[in-house]
Amino acid sequence: MVSQREVLTGKHLMQGDVACAEGAIAAGCKFFAGYPITPATEIAERMARRMIEVNGMFVQMEDELASMAAIIGASWAGAKAMTATSGPGFSLMQENIGLAVMTETPCVVVNVMRGAPSTGQPTEGAQQDVMQSKWGSHGDYSIIALAPASVQEMFDLTIECFNLAETYRAPTFLLADGFTGHLWERVVIPSPEEIKIVERKKPVVSPDKYMPFKPDEDLVPPMACFGEGYCVHVTGLTHDELGYPKTTDPKVQHKLVNRLCEKMRKNANRIVRTYESMLEDAEVAVIAYGIPSRASLNAVKKARESGIKAGLLRLVTVWPFPEKQIEELATRVNAIVVPEMNCGQIVREVERVAKETPVHLLSKIGGELHSPSEIFEAIRRAAGI
Amino acid sequence: MTVIQEFEKHPLAKYLRAERFPHIWCEGCGDGIILHCFVKALDDLAVDIDKFVVVSGIGCIGRAAGYVKCDSFHTTHGRPIALATGIKLANPKLTVAVLSGDGDLFAIGGNHFIHAARRNVDLTVICSNNFNYGMTGGQSGPTTPLDSYTTTTPYGNIEHPFNLVHLAAAAGSVYVARWTVLHVRRLAESIKKALRKKGFKFIEVISPCPEIYGRRNKLGKAIDIMKLYRQISEIRHGYDPAKAEITREKIVVGEFIDIEKPTYGELLQKQFIKIQQKLSEG
Amino acid sequence: MRVEIRIGGFGGQGIIRTGLILATASCVFGDKNAIQSASYGPESRGGRCKSEVIISDEDIDFPKVEQPDILVIMSQEAYVGYVDDLKENGILLVDPDLVPNQRKDLKAKIYEVPAAKIAEGLGKKIVANVVMIGAFAAITNLFDVGQMKESIKRNVPKAFLELNLTAFEKGYEHGKNIITVKAS
Repeated sequence: MVSQREVLTGKHLMQGDVACAEGAIAAGCKFFAGYPITPATEIAERMARRMIEVNGMFVQMEDELASMAAIIGASWAGAKAMTATSGPGFSLMQENIGLAVMTETPCVVVNVMRGAPSTGQPTEGAQQDVMQSKWGSHGDYSIIALAPASVQEMFDLTIECFNLAETYRAPTFLLADGFTGHLWERVVIPSPEEIKIVERKKPVVSPDKYMPFKPDEDLVPPMACFGEGYCVHVTGLTHDELGYPKTTDPKVQHKLVNRLCEKMRKNANRIVRTYESMLEDAEVAVIAYGIPSRASLNAVKKARESGIKAGLLRLVTVWPFPEKQIEELATRVNAIVVPEMNCGQIVREVERVAKETPVHLLSKIGGELHSPSEIFEAIRRAAGI
Repeated sequence: MTVIQEFEKHPLAKYLRAERFPHIWCEGCGDGIILHCFVKALDDLAVDIDKFVVVSGIGCIGRAAGYVKCDSFHTTHGRPIALATGIKLANPKLTVAVLSGDGDLFAIGGNHFIHAARRNVDLTVICSNNFNYGMTGGQSGPTTPLDSYTTTTPYGNIEHPFNLVHLAAAAGSVYVARWTVLHVRRLAESIKKALRKKGFKFIEVISPCPEIYGRRNKLGKAIDIMKLYRQISEIRHGYDPAKAEITREKIVVGEFIDIEKPTYGELLQKQFIKIQQKLSEG
Repeated sequence: MRVEIRIGGFGGQGIIRTGLILATASCVFGDKNAIQSASYGPESRGGRCKSEVIISDEDIDFPKVEQPDILVIMSQEAYVGYVDDLKENGILLVDPDLVPNQRKDLKAKIYEVPAAKIAEGLGKKIVANVVMIGAFAAITNLFDVGQMKESIKRNVPKAFLELNLTAFEKGYEHGKNIITVKAS
């Protein structure tokens, strides 16, 4: 149970990054390691001030490689742990994101996306790291990523990221963007008892019977942490259910890696969350995630006013990809419009799932948001008007 | 009697995961000796093994984490200190030791080493220095001596090696020592001392790699390398680590640095008490 | 009803704080929705700086100002940069001393508020933005004065609260005077 000091119950005007930090604290985050980077720095700054107040730990590491490694260590030491960064740092973290995947370490990584590649546009928002969050580290694996579209969601979805990370023992990403991270908006923080918090599943057997990487039916193994007497060995090498390296046995690799992927696929129904607006009779669907979903909603309303049956499917969960929802939607609309702040990333997934239904990308890079009228025009074109 | 039953007769067996043996190290490798000295130190100190964590990186000695019977983490290449920092800071009740190699700690992981030393995080770092990347077949690394032959310096090494004890001291370590694997008793004592002390402690252990580095540089068998250590090593406690460069003629060993300095954890605790007091006063 | 406001000036004038005070008054102490976004160059001080606030009775979907209904200008550079964006017959609050060259052909309701001069009179030029907020409140009727004062309390350091509240009052008075003069 978290205390009043951890949850700033009430109505606030808050910056997105700050709301993210407060969400983490409300979720029970007790360890933050990070490295300054625009436009995510305010998260670290807030954590530096707040963690000590809530008996948590903040450390500024020497780089993002170290930040990611430190939160993995902290998670195994029993703490709910988070780091926050933007594209350049996210690239550095990929190495140990792979380690977190392989060792099934619950942790939250916030990426406040900015214009890229490379140093790109530090102060401008973007959605260019969506595929990187899915495939950025080497190998086959699966992760969870949520995309907030408001400051309120910077708070709410950070809590959800922690809950999902702890439930499925995987690095979980909050894919925010520089615009939302720096936006100030009202946040309503509920009382502690109204906030749903998930704690990690612990072993119910004695240490001599415990197999650290033997999954339950949900494909998630219960997690004993360091110092709890379970004598756990953790390695980034391919390992058996005891956690011991077995690097040349094809069966061990097969079983482990397939389970790491299957874990999300099998639980997708429980993980995936989408919002629908005006889709019941829609002929054109806009599929959006993150900040462009707001202009999309406005555009859909405009389209309705002008007699076009348009609707919006907003992806709160980006990974695992909401395949079922989109597959079903594609069968009943004539066209799909996908606005994203990149050169076209999620649109490929939509095309894959939508099959025969025409999918139109509305790409926007440079830092400006899609305007409602741009999306409205795209809807009009897609409707053939 | 099964192999495991045989194994468990060893007085230090309770600190090792019997089912993980035999180990992967080559004949004559020094890593087994280092592991022995390490568990000997744990035994002598009667450490609470349930509160003890070993972290290692990638490389031959990196496998040691999987042999010690306690909570242990075999991390990505170069990152054991960063990961160990997270463990120690998140749960200060745990004692955390890092066992890794010269390449892991000082090439790919060099930045983490100097910053953890600067922060004075309470960690004991033991480096097995065998002057090359043994596991990948003997490439040159940050400690490879000038003119030495490795697979990536086929015409002789033209890079100047790090003097690890000097680096560790300059970065702020509160305890810096160097031994060879010939100095088993002193090494075990040194590990004990480091484990009892608070702050960032560093022990370099010169360790033979007869099969890979030794063969290519015509150093002879493990026993010859041990003889060489006896011949050229010189114990000089309190010696200036800046002058303790390893040469073909001399390896200065001993305790170079042993100072007191508040640790990251201690300073944080002070700050914590101050802030909590302020908060309770409203 | 959605009202779009843009405040322009240079870094160091408290432009972003001004936006935050307006937004806080509306959505924390008032029951409207509000949103504030800012943009500025890489320099911490001196560069062009703008803060945009949207206030609405309904949920705010698109979070950016497309065409401001109200423009508050506190530097010549911001004037040049933003004045064309103002909605036709929109409201322009401008500090004439900071913007010596103004267009004559502008189709807008123009209110000149010598905020910097009034603030200087109070001994602290730094509160010019709060003087402007006072005038803003008087001229637009978008805010409840009590809620605005609460918002100022929330957004300025304690040590300077009295000064800021005085600055607000002075600005408010000035705003009321302008309206009276315009009406007569």
